[in-house]
Amino acid sequence: MRLEDHLRSRRAAGRKLLMPYLTGGVTATWVDHLRALADAGADAIEVGLPFSDPTLDGVTIQEATDAALARGATVRGILGDITGFTDDVPLVASTYYNLVVRDGPERFCAALRDAGISGLIVPDLPLDEAGEAADAAASVGVDLVLLASPATPQPRLAEIARRSRGFVYAVSLMGTTGERATVAESAATLASRIKGSTDRPVLVGFGISTPQQAVEAARSADGVIVGAAIMRRVLDGATPDDVGADLAKMRRALDQERDQP
Amino acid sequence: MGDPGRQGRFGNYGGGYVPESLVAACRQVEEAFREAWPDPGFQQSLARLLAVQVGRPTPLTPVRRLSAELGINLLLKREDLTHTGSHKINNVLGQALLARRMGKTHLIAETGAGQHGVATATAAALLGLAATVFMGQRDIERQALNVYRMRMLGAEVVPVETGSRTLKDATSQAMRHWVGATEHSYYCVGSVIGPHPYPWMVRTFQRVIGDEARGQCAAELSTAVPDYVVACVGGGSNAAGTFAGFVDTSARLVGVEAEGGAGAALGRVGVLHGARSLFLQDGDGQIVEAHSIAAGLDYPGVGPEHAHLRDLGRARYVTVTDDEATSALVRLARTEGIVAALESAHAVAWVIRAAGAGELPPGATVMLTLSGRGDKDVSTLKELA
Repeated sequence: MRLEDHLRSRRAAGRKLLMPYLTGGVTATWVDHLRALADAGADAIEVGLPFSDPTLDGVTIQEATDAALARGATVRGILGDITGFTDDVPLVASTYYNLVVRDGPERFCAALRDAGISGLIVPDLPLDEAGEAADAAASVGVDLVLLASPATPQPRLAEIARRSRGFVYAVSLMGTTGERATVAESAATLASRIKGSTDRPVLVGFGISTPQQAVEAARSADGVIVGAAIMRRVLDGATPDDVGADLAKMRRALDQERDQP
Repeated sequence: MGDPGRQGRFGNYGGGYVPESLVAACRQVEEAFREAWPDPGFQQSLARLLAVQVGRPTPLTPVRRLSAELGINLLLKREDLTHTGSHKINNVLGQALLARRMGKTHLIAETGAGQHGVATATAAALLGLAATVFMGQRDIERQALNVYRMRMLGAEVVPVETGSRTLKDATSQAMRHWVGATEHSYYCVGSVIGPHPYPWMVRTFQRVIGDEARGQCAAELSTAVPDYVVACVGGGSNAAGTFAGFVDTSARLVGVEAEGGAGAALGRVGVLHGARSLFLQDGDGQIVEAHSIAAGLDYPGVGPEHAHLRDLGRARYVTVTDDEATSALVRLARTEGIVAALESAHAVAWVIRAAGAGELPPGATVMLTLSGRGDKDVSTLKELA
């Protein structure tokens, strides 16, 4: 099923969407972590394809990226690891544009599709430069997700919402990925602005670290993306069960919020 | 070498591959530059600073003894004689004036050898702005003198401990910092790299090198135009500024890269730090760390306009080794009394090699931009002695 269809149907069922992030190849058994996240109630999972120069990532994901590359992780190896993973929880690749350009967008997107990946996030590929990758992704049925930020002005925001596929990634704050003590005020404002111009799902990411923060950020959006908080635990040696338990807490918090209007 | 348009394209290269959070900030810089550059008031302010602070125009020095040894006619464009000791100040003063005009209070910069950092710290002090300079830990160790200079000038120097701990990583960290600081901060990029409008804007501010040299060559040479125009290339700002003055002449343009940082000569198409250009990368598309004795050439890519000039065949990019560069530095010092920066010594090294190999015909006129002076490299060279 297409990523966007899946997210829309989950949303239609009254559920807040939860998308954890995991750096591909971060440990030898990373696919076990992936499975644990799927089993703990993820609606989709973002799989980071590590790039040597992650210019929009804070220290935690930089560290995870370095660890994966030090282990010899490659796009091909990671895609091999997840081939046949599961049809129930869509996987969304995220990486920097250099890795897409390496083989050319057509071949890159075809490789994603062949591995069963249904979406692609490229944080250094803004709307203005996205044409070639968007065409390549669309031609193989991969949803190219565009990002919007608190600095995005209005006409452009509507265009991003229109041309994004899968969902719209609302970057909660002006900064890099990483855990924060509180959800930025800009998160709710941005999510509401995007919701005002599209019925496509809107997920908020950057700095969503705790169940409470997930609940708060999801109020104005359709769901949340949680990355650095999970990767911190993985880097500190958390087992798949540990990580699954963490995500399950977040899942329960989001579901309880729905059940207590 | 004209205006690359709103999309910032040089043929297939350039563009603005930045996170959405930086798109508005880059546009703001472009708008401000497009408005300021034709403004006589801005031009006057910049021209005055270049005259009374930098010491422009810099001389074009015929080097008699080395020329005689090589059997050619070598002229040096003396950016080493500028205030702060390298061409970096030309660009920084332009951008700092722009930042102030935009109402920004803070300059952010990356630096490799420390020359751009020193220039930024200097401009910030001069114009009453704050400065934060990101510098790889490895470069901090080998360019300690420049770190002291920046701090003395009141700048904050932030060590970067990630990756190769050199210019590439300092640039990444400066971009990360800028994402969270766009409201008050201006990112003062030091080379012809980065997202549009930086490659174009930095080349435009550095063009003063090429324009002055063109006029000086016309006065100095019976042929008016030299046969060869040579400059070292890290990201490529002094070369871009130099080439811009000669691109419409018959002069052959030669960019000299460090063997271990030869983005233009050995790189493949990729996207890094906001631009599509040529980068050193492995088979998986991971950026490879550059290695050069010259910190300012320790960058695994090259500015997008150089990639375009290479494809067009208008400029040629060659490499020299660390050993060739250090030998050239010593030879220039002993024949002419000029201690060049290790970066600039790469350009000298190629001329020496090419003259020796007969690649430069006897009597050829060569205009070489000596981008900076070598004071900062004395401790590095001392260790080799």
